[in-house]
Amino acid sequence: MKVIRKIVIIPAFNEAKNLPDVIREIKEYDTSLHIIVVNDGSTDNTTHVVRKLQVDVLDLPFNLGIGGAVQTGLKYADKNGFDIAIQLDADGQHIPSEIDKLLMGIQQGYDVVIGSRFIADSDYRSSLMRNIGIKIISFVNSLILGKKISDNTSGFRAFNRRAISFLSRNYPIDYPEPETIIILGRSGFALKEVPVKMRQRMSGESSIRTFASIYFMIKVLLAIFIDVFKQYKEVENYE
Amino acid sequence: MNDRIQLIAILVSLVIAGTIFQLIRKKKLLEQYSLLWFFSAIVLMIFSVWRGLLDKMAGAMGIYYAPSALLVIIIFCGFLLFLDFSIVISKLTNQSKDLAQEVAILHNKLEKLENRTLETRENGINKNA
Repeated sequence: MKVIRKIVIIPAFNEAKNLPDVIREIKEYDTSLHIIVVNDGSTDNTTHVVRKLQVDVLDLPFNLGIGGAVQTGLKYADKNGFDIAIQLDADGQHIPSEIDKLLMGIQQGYDVVIGSRFIADSDYRSSLMRNIGIKIISFVNSLILGKKISDNTSGFRAFNRRAISFLSRNYPIDYPEPETIIILGRSGFALKEVPVKMRQRMSGESSIRTFASIYFMIKVLLAIFIDVFKQYKEVENYE
Repeated sequence: MNDRIQLIAILVSLVIAGTIFQLIRKKKLLEQYSLLWFFSAIVLMIFSVWRGLLDKMAGAMGIYYAPSALLVIIIFCGFLLFLDFSIVISKLTNQSKDLAQEVAILHNKLEKLENRTLETRENGINKNA
């Protein structure tokens, strides 16, 4: 039987403080997982910390933003023939033992599984403005896809081979999470949302700050609106 | 328009066209990005040579004061140029992103290869000893 190769992609920008714990937790969860940290032009010693832990790292020459970083990991996964890619944040809010729940969805035949903090109870708290933005985006996305996706900004996701190949070619750059859902959904990928537990960030700041929430919402809604009229070509040579 | 202003207009448009030509010749401006500039210079030249055209156009656009029409035309040309810049910048942004990603992946691959070569070499030395 063919061994299913799994890779954990961790986009990281100045996360030297959080990464050791995150990596230790992943290794405790499953030692067979290949971990790759995408160092998105960090100005701290992220890359040294990761190398010291003997974890694979992709050093981007300059900061691309979360979208460009995740895509780098997906390109790596695609080139190296991984079957399943798990995207996990470097800030410690995603709990590695919850990866099981994502993988279950992939086993059920879904192309993309999104770990959601809103389906079940979790201790996740957020600012009011951000919550409103998340609700509106969820409503718009659900309307376009005809399927309810409650946690569009979750960066805790699993992708199968087909989704890896597709996303390594098409990936939005800033605030990419809600957009990828639309792009995937409209390109005929089967999406599933599963409830997962999440933690508050260990240290550092979220990529979406409160005062930027409005800009975030407008930018995402505009991008989603344009996505509806875009055509995405899928390359057929994946297996 | 009196003769003096027409002469100035023709000279200015000639200088603009000449500058663009010179920049391309010296390879400081790529042909693919110069088309719109040439287009703008030619439009400017046509209006400075053909006096009646501006009045006709202003009339057609319902503009009573002909120089205003000139402003509209200039703004339109500028708009086209700015739009073209944005398109070019977007393309370059995408290309530089792809390059950065490729660099990161290749760097990773190179490092692994170097480590492997180093290991085999060390093993070889150990065997020989």
